[in-house]
Amino acid sequence: MDSTDNRKILISPVTRIEGHAKITIQLDEAGKVTDALFHVNEFRGFEKFCEGRMYTEMPVITPRICGICPVSHTVSSVKACEMIEGIEPALTGDMLRRLIHLGQNISSHALSFFHLSAPDFLLGYDSDPATRNILGIAEKFPDIALRGIRLRKFGQEISERITGKKIHTSGIVPGGMTFPLTTANRKALLDWIPEAMETARMGIDIIKRFQDEHSEMVNSFATSPTHYLGTVGAHGVHEIYDGKLRFVDMDGNILQDQLDPASYLEFIAERSVNWSYLTYPYYKPLGIENGIYRVGPLARLNVASRMKTPAAQKEFERFRKINDGKPVHGSFYFHYARLIEALASVEEIHLLLQDNRIISNNIRTHGHWNQSEGIGSSEAPRGTLFHHYITDKTGKLQKVNLLIATGQNNPSMNRSITDVAKQYVDGNDIKEGMLNRVESVIRCYDPCLSCSTHAMGQMPMKIEVLDVSGKIVSELVRS
Amino acid sequence: MQKKKLATVWLGGCSGCHMSLLDIDERILELAKLADIVKCPVVDGKELPEVDITLVEGSVTSDEHLHEIKHIRKQSKILVALGDCAVTTNITGMRNYFPLQEVFDTAYRNAVSNDHSGEVPNHPALLRLHDKVVPLQEVVIVDFVIPGCPPNADIIFYVLNELLNDRQPNLASVKKLKYG
Ligand code: SF4
Repeated sequence: MDSTDNRKILISPVTRIEGHAKITIQLDEAGKVTDALFHVNEFRGFEKFCEGRMYTEMPVITPRICGICPVSHTVSSVKACEMIEGIEPALTGDMLRRLIHLGQNISSHALSFFHLSAPDFLLGYDSDPATRNILGIAEKFPDIALRGIRLRKFGQEISERITGKKIHTSGIVPGGMTFPLTTANRKALLDWIPEAMETARMGIDIIKRFQDEHSEMVNSFATSPTHYLGTVGAHGVHEIYDGKLRFVDMDGNILQDQLDPASYLEFIAERSVNWSYLTYPYYKPLGIENGIYRVGPLARLNVASRMKTPAAQKEFERFRKINDGKPVHGSFYFHYARLIEALASVEEIHLLLQDNRIISNNIRTHGHWNQSEGIGSSEAPRGTLFHHYITDKTGKLQKVNLLIATGQNNPSMNRSITDVAKQYVDGNDIKEGMLNRVESVIRCYDPCLSCSTHAMGQMPMKIEVLDVSGKIVSELVRS
Repeated sequence: MQKKKLATVWLGGCSGCHMSLLDIDERILELAKLADIVKCPVVDGKELPEVDITLVEGSVTSDEHLHEIKHIRKQSKILVALGDCAVTTNITGMRNYFPLQEVFDTAYRNAVSNDHSGEVPNHPALLRLHDKVVPLQEVVIVDFVIPGCPPNADIIFYVLNELLNDRQPNLASVKKLKYG
């Protein structure tokens, strides 16, 4: 806690989250929480400084938006480039991209769970902050820490073994890939599958045990309903690399289905607000008042009709029972959803590696500038990501629009923080563990502030908190 | 040997340098024997105490970063610029070619998904971004640089391991050292 007067608690910076942020909790005269703010504290300006560059540079520039989900940026970027060039990726190149993208999903989810969130579950929310981290887990539960570290490593290793680099690779290009997968590397990755499966299952066991033992907290933890957006394959199957979009409402009714990501402007808009560098994206047909939606693991499991692979499907069926088949709104269930996705990703990687086409050298199609506009989308670990490029006839970028997963969760994140602050923080009795609970709601979303802040910027000093229908219910100014 | 204190801080960067630090994987447990990690985006320490080594990712982009890096300099015996953004500003510095106002307008006024019903952020209480992004050594003395976008995990481990054992790292001896 940096500063306390009897009106305000400032937690700065929020630790164990992937990004820069601050939270302000507002208390009233009686010391009761009246509100909470989520401040994001950076601005990098990618949309402007990419103008004037060649569209072909984007798959190399845009991963630098985020070191945790660089592959999703590259994938969305090369898809936008392919639309500009009017080409399809080569079959094996596309499979390899999917493989690397799934690997990143695993490493990001493993980081979120084992490094950032599990300390709360295994060591306790009220345990000593000095050891409430992955090293603290390593001391008490060495096997779990090591397995968590190695699950993240497995995900990163896929990129390393194909492109020679774990972060910000250069081998993913419009038309496919520039590096093939060698037989030796294929075998090394295949050998790793049983361990990765076991660790993903172990994570699921940990979270389920925690949910059972703390069901009251879990089920009352930031439960305000929203709509959901996610990518699905044919017949609504869960998908993170390539597919069409589906929106479901808070009761689980499909609002729109099999939308082409290239038409995203028809269903998503964002509003900038004068008190914040953080924009408010919303589902356009319902307007900003009623159109709050969420993206990410929870959203993807809430929109999907089923999973692709058997072990994940079994777990998915349990997940869907939580709210009798309707969307699961409790933010705590992000963790469970994330681990189910980690399991699904390991299974899908296994399938891809068993397919002999994965070692073919048919990895790249070549193209050149064909039309001025390109839009690409993929499911980053934290949700649906859009890259939109408009070029002139020489291929020079005239306009760039990036719609990032964490930004789309922002309105609902703010609301969740407020929910939890009201529930757990009592101004007359401020305990470290309580503050950590407020931070932990942010960790449920696993926000990638690095990503979202490329376009959002510094600390919002004044925020209006919206209710379920999107109506403004309160407003805060930082004095 | 007494256990050292290690901190890692993230300024204007993408977190990729921190992710590369995590890519040392199991070896983090070896480092934990040599040093207490007192501040890092993945642990809970909130104030920066006096430390032996601080790794800093990212460039200086705002008044808050400037304040922070000066504080870090004061608190740290050895300050390491980790990665290209810290060393040269790299991608983070690409906005230097444009007036800040234009960068803002592109994000908040002219984005194709903007519904044009909102307002451009202009609240007087908002933090001020600097017009120009600068690398660390422009505002503080940097003791050691590790180039790369991000630097390879083996290099980060090598440098940390040397420094924590009171040896001077020799970057000429490492593989995969490069900008970008
Ligand atoms: S140097 Fe590269 S990896 Fe490191 S913060 Fe900058 S862009 Fe990210």
